[in-house]
Amino acid sequence: MPEKERTTDNGQRTTDDSFVRRYIFTTDHKIIAFQYLCLSLFAVVIAIVLSVLMRLQLVWSDSVQPDVYLSAMTMHGTLMIFFVLTIAPQSGFGNYFFPLQIGAEGMAHPRLNALSFWIIFLSLLILLSSFSNENNVIGSISGWTAYPPLSVLGDGKGLDNWLISLSIFCVGALLNAVNFISTFLRSRNIELMELPLTVWSWFTASVLSLVVFPVLLSALVLLFLDRNAQTSFFIPSNIYIGGQIIESHKDGSPLLWQHLFWFFGHPEVYIVILPGMGITSHILSVFTGKPIFNYKSMVLATVAIAFLGLVLWGHHMFTSGLNPNLSIAFSVLTLTIAVPSAVKTFNWLATLWRGKIELKTPMLYSIGFVSLFVTGGLTGLVLGQSGLDSAMHDTYFVVAHFHLVMGASAVFALFAAMSFWFPDMFGGEMNERLGKIHFFITFAGVYAMFVPMHAMGMVGMPRRYSSFEEFEYLKDLQTLVKFVTIAAVVTATAQSLFFINLIWSVYRIKRKNKK
Amino acid sequence: MNNRGIIVAVNTKTSERKSPERNMSQQSTSGGKGGGNNPRQPNNGGNHQTANTLSSERYRIGMMVGIAAVLMMFVGLSSAYIVRALSPRKDWVSIAMPSILWGSSALIFISSITFETARNYLLIKRLTEYSRWLLITAWLGIAFIGMQLWAWRQLAGQGIYLSSNPHSSFFYLLTALHALHLLGGIIGLGYLLINALKEKTLNDEVYRGRVGVVDAARLYWHFLTILWVALFVLLFFWK
Repeated sequence: MPEKERTTDNGQRTTDDSFVRRYIFTTDHKIIAFQYLCLSLFAVVIAIVLSVLMRLQLVWSDSVQPDVYLSAMTMHGTLMIFFVLTIAPQSGFGNYFFPLQIGAEGMAHPRLNALSFWIIFLSLLILLSSFSNENNVIGSISGWTAYPPLSVLGDGKGLDNWLISLSIFCVGALLNAVNFISTFLRSRNIELMELPLTVWSWFTASVLSLVVFPVLLSALVLLFLDRNAQTSFFIPSNIYIGGQIIESHKDGSPLLWQHLFWFFGHPEVYIVILPGMGITSHILSVFTGKPIFNYKSMVLATVAIAFLGLVLWGHHMFTSGLNPNLSIAFSVLTLTIAVPSAVKTFNWLATLWRGKIELKTPMLYSIGFVSLFVTGGLTGLVLGQSGLDSAMHDTYFVVAHFHLVMGASAVFALFAAMSFWFPDMFGGEMNERLGKIHFFITFAGVYAMFVPMHAMGMVGMPRRYSSFEEFEYLKDLQTLVKFVTIAAVVTATAQSLFFINLIWSVYRIKRKNKK
Repeated sequence: MNNRGIIVAVNTKTSERKSPERNMSQQSTSGGKGGGNNPRQPNNGGNHQTANTLSSERYRIGMMVGIAAVLMMFVGLSSAYIVRALSPRKDWVSIAMPSILWGSSALIFISSITFETARNYLLIKRLTEYSRWLLITAWLGIAFIGMQLWAWRQLAGQGIYLSSNPHSSFFYLLTALHALHLLGGIIGLGYLLINALKEKTLNDEVYRGRVGVVDAARLYWHFLTILWVALFVLLFFWK
């Protein structure tokens, strides 16, 4: 932390405030950004550990029960999607740099900003409190998508915790989006077509949040009532599960949940990736010494992605018994979103073209982002076609696709943002050599993990299974499974380099400043 | 190296573009939340000041964006309602409308009018009348929630509960969520009332800030009235 004087939005000094006032109950957007980033770092450590444990389970099949595996998977997905990939790029880096980049003093509603952080903190606590359940299950076992009827009829408080936690999260995310949008709308004298692309992407992502998080909230409320008040929004009558007929509900529609959930779930992907795209554009332009190629088309593509992202949720439901004509419509829309994405990729490459490329760590991460985004995006075209998706649905192909395109690439954007903005945030640089080593191991590791998964998926390896020993046709894949596990362990271990770099750099700067 | 992060960052043209009058008015409106006149405020070269000091507008914009979020939640629920009502399944039993709902609709409608009256009194700075009408509005809001609870009791008396059938589930859920939001509005009114009772005379800056907050509260209150009408129509007159 630079020792210079900080000011809150109300213009009051904070240097002479106590530690609690200054770092805990603060309304300073920069400190709140640090709070969000710390929360994300905490969540990501748990999520990484869980993913490694899951990979180990797939190699030594008998170590845990299937529902323990499922609960680990749900926890991994929920932590990563909500508490890392939604929070860190938007609420973390966005909180710090969004007001600065539009020339505002801070967020429009500083106290609301602090409130939304503490709401999200509470939601994380509630989610993690299901860690201590009986029979070793660490939470909900329904996956992050929580499809009924199983999510409603399954027992355990894991899912209730999950529902409450995410409902609270929705409120926090909404307050945050309100803050971003009002900060943007309120700022005077800005020239729209001169704004940094990061500002555009943070703003667009918060508009998306504002539109879709309320819908998730309503779906969660309905599911909660179905579980706890015997309503029948999602549960059909007389379904046959586990050898018995369940008669407690009337004629609900499980598809309804899927529509509501994916209306949120698909734009969520863009909420995650848009800030990453903005950060990448920013960094590529800095380290090539050129302005971003075709700025206007970049802005248009951002907005187009957001609009299209809102209307193609049905491609998650091709195998759910959707009307085939509707499937075609969703399929066409899905393929259409490749156009703005391709525009962006083209512009990134054109920015690199004949630029004075300086391969510093942030630049490496950003190029890594472009690479992973392209690789993951191409398989999206495969999955976006309803016919092909029928074969690939719920296989490792899907796992590989979304981990590359929204998981790994968004995380690379975060690495890039952290190393790029570190000087602004802490007043010194992160270690270059350690950063480069970390980049190369992670970049190779991500590809080593996820490329083989495409092959597994095409063979027909289903996702979310804790063991494949009973499947004859998957016996040949054991070597590949082991290879992926080794890659995962190595990559996960390599992340400690990033943490060491981060902590050590902060410490070094602090000591230097003391002298 | 240190500041390269914000390359295009602050638009430096801004200070040239703004007109002096505007700058003045922005300076003076900033007092609402105790910010602008703080002598300890750092001088950041004018740029930061202009972008961030329209305090009275701050509440209105924030409220409009917030209303959009609340609206989206009800849009989500109503689309679920429509899908469920139109589905070919046979478990949909329309419940009879509790007659008391006409009364509650009238109440919430009147409360919107009384809120307007209160605001008009604030605009002509008659603060006693302002707080009196604010109080009446709050009581009307409370009475509305009471009537909604009464409607629940009427239905429960007929043996219709939350889980009885899809229509009743949606009825209880939508009315409960609407009432919860209204409760938030009443708490907001309480905050305004306490402020109004604390200071009998207002200087210009505080007054302007107060109008800003009341304008935001008014948006929210009218939104809830319109939302209730929409829900009422959806629940009992559509289909």
